[in-house]
Amino acid sequence: MRRWEHGWRLVLRMILALAIALFFVFPIYWLASISFKSPEEIFAYPPVWVPAELNVSAYIALFRDGDAWAVWNSLVTAGLSTVIAMILGTLAAYGIVRYRTGGENLTIWIISQRMIPPICVAFPIFLLFVALGLIDTFVGLITLYTAFNLPYVIWMMRGYIQDIPLELEQSALVDGLSRWAVITKVIIPMARGGFFATAVFTFIFAWNDFLFALVLTRSEVVTYPVQVTGYFGSQSTFWSQIGAMSMLGVLPMMVVVATMQRFIVRGMSMGAVKG
Amino acid sequence: MADLELANIEKHYGAVHAVRDVSLTVQSGAFVVLVGPSGCGKSTLLRAIAGLEDITSGDIRIGGQSVTRLAPRARNVAMVFQSYALYPYLTVYENIAFGLRARGEPEQRLDERVRWAADTLSITDYLERHPRELSGGQRQRVAIGRAIVREADLYLFDEPLSNLDAKLRDGMREELKRLHARLGRTFIYVTHDQIEAMTLADRIVLLRDGMIEQDGTPLELFEEPASRFVAGFLGSPPMNMLNVRLAEAGKQIHLSQDLMLPIAGGAAPAQDGEYVWGIRPEQVRLAEAGAPALKGTVDVLQPTGSRLLATVLIGAQKLTAELDAHCGVSPGQEIALSVAISRTVFFDGEGRRVGPATAG
Ligand SMILES: Nc1ncnc2c1ncn2[C@@H]1O[C@H](COP(=O)(O)OP(=O)(O)OP(=O)(O)O)[C@@H](O)[C@H]1O
Ligand SMILES: [Mg+2]
Repeated sequence: MRRWEHGWRLVLRMILALAIALFFVFPIYWLASISFKSPEEIFAYPPVWVPAELNVSAYIALFRDGDAWAVWNSLVTAGLSTVIAMILGTLAAYGIVRYRTGGENLTIWIISQRMIPPICVAFPIFLLFVALGLIDTFVGLITLYTAFNLPYVIWMMRGYIQDIPLELEQSALVDGLSRWAVITKVIIPMARGGFFATAVFTFIFAWNDFLFALVLTRSEVVTYPVQVTGYFGSQSTFWSQIGAMSMLGVLPMMVVVATMQRFIVRGMSMGAVKG
Repeated sequence: MADLELANIEKHYGAVHAVRDVSLTVQSGAFVVLVGPSGCGKSTLLRAIAGLEDITSGDIRIGGQSVTRLAPRARNVAMVFQSYALYPYLTVYENIAFGLRARGEPEQRLDERVRWAADTLSITDYLERHPRELSGGQRQRVAIGRAIVREADLYLFDEPLSNLDAKLRDGMREELKRLHARLGRTFIYVTHDQIEAMTLADRIVLLRDGMIEQDGTPLELFEEPASRFVAGFLGSPPMNMLNVRLAEAGKQIHLSQDLMLPIAGGAAPAQDGEYVWGIRPEQVRLAEAGAPALKGTVDVLQPTGSRLLATVLIGAQKLTAELDAHCGVSPGQEIALSVAISRTVFFDGEGRRVGPATAG
């Protein structure tokens, strides 16, 4: 065999892959480097590619002043609303698929709720939340994110559940499972890849929400995107704090994607039925 | 152990009347095969017994207890689905154990049962694999294992062998029969394959358009078919159906204007008139010289190895005869055939069987 040619191809391929990876990783690297730079380095020209020393004072400031709580607030609101939306949405999708709840039109109606531009409803929701006393509360934000994500979860899970062969469920029913057990022991394992992918996206939607968090919070449950804007002052902009806070916002997402990756594998349903 | 009783089962799917007034009592330990053409309601009936389909009216009783309103899991039945219905995310072991876990079987007993079922079906070597790593025949065994591992009152099978190739199917038929003898439990088995029905059943229930057409042992249905439909459904090659006219109080069979066969009194219906004469290919032989015979021309020959299937033109009608492989006939040849008339059957214009004069 022509090993020589094969070797060169491999090298070229690696170089190309590396270039592409660099292109995508660079912004994150830049963000991280800013968070560790000294103020002089941030504004230096030509730019400083690697900070001279790891300056963690921005992080210390975030934790000392309690600003880092914003990340915790984001984790709680995004996390809990994802869990609730996944549970309710999966049950609703199962009902729609298996019992034809709402016929043909309910699903379209549900997904249409997701199509409303958030800004159009932000003000009415603000007034509603004021009236209900939900402004600046976890309950308020979690409820809102759950309501906003539910249509997406129902829509996605409906598709995944439809693809599960009915006989797998029926076999479980005959074998002695209740409907509830069928959902946890058959439906969710069968739709596992789709289930976790949907959960990740649901989490990301809530995690990245800026509009509602800005309108509906004041000081108690400020989430990290809102917190970041606090460093753009009228006199000065605190770049190292922005960098550090943004890093705190990026890290959980990396962890989420990395842990979920192994669940989001395709081809899980191979071999379920004939063929 | 429990008998199964179906009382006046009706099932409508909107405008489709899938099951019509089916009543049936199955003794505990029987091997009953529900057979019939596609769409006749076999699966619907089986699924109704399992509780996967609500019935429109009627009653289903297992061991004297009505289960009509019970959920599938409260009925203590086990079922093998045509599509195997194995869980791809579980190993073979866990697939087989699935029903026992659902019912909270203690771990040690569960393990014993799973190993026994795997052993019975010779799949012990695959217990740690996933279904996608198995061949069709192996998956089939796992599907059967999922059912037999449970100690159910009834074991239901919906065309479990239809996805297998012919050879595997022959082997599995034999194993199923052995399994039934070993377990001594009630098997209800759906198929549209008449060979499966004949070979497996101690009792065949033949369905047509949602109704029971005939119900009896395989030999009863084969030899005493209640109708032309039953006679045509069972047997391979299928029964010959010749249009004939009986005359002289059942002493002459006219196949056409100039083709007449004299028969002994009492072998045919006493009432003269138009009939369909059902002759199985194996009831036809080459006639001995001088004996009354049907004369015809050999059209096509199909040797099967052990036998020779000859399609013979009798006037304008075709008759398939199963002859000796070495009888030496050739296409185009004129031959004389004799028929074991007392074993043949006659059907009236509605397709109902009419008994011979001696029986009536
Ligand atoms: N869910 C359903 N909705 C409407 N009609 C149905 C439904 N299931 C079955 N039917 C109809 O009921 C009749 C009986 O169907 P069934 O599945 O019992 O047939 P079968 O005897 O099992 O046929 P096959 O040998 O093809 O499996 C058919 O006419 C079929 O079209
Ligand atoms: Mg069927």
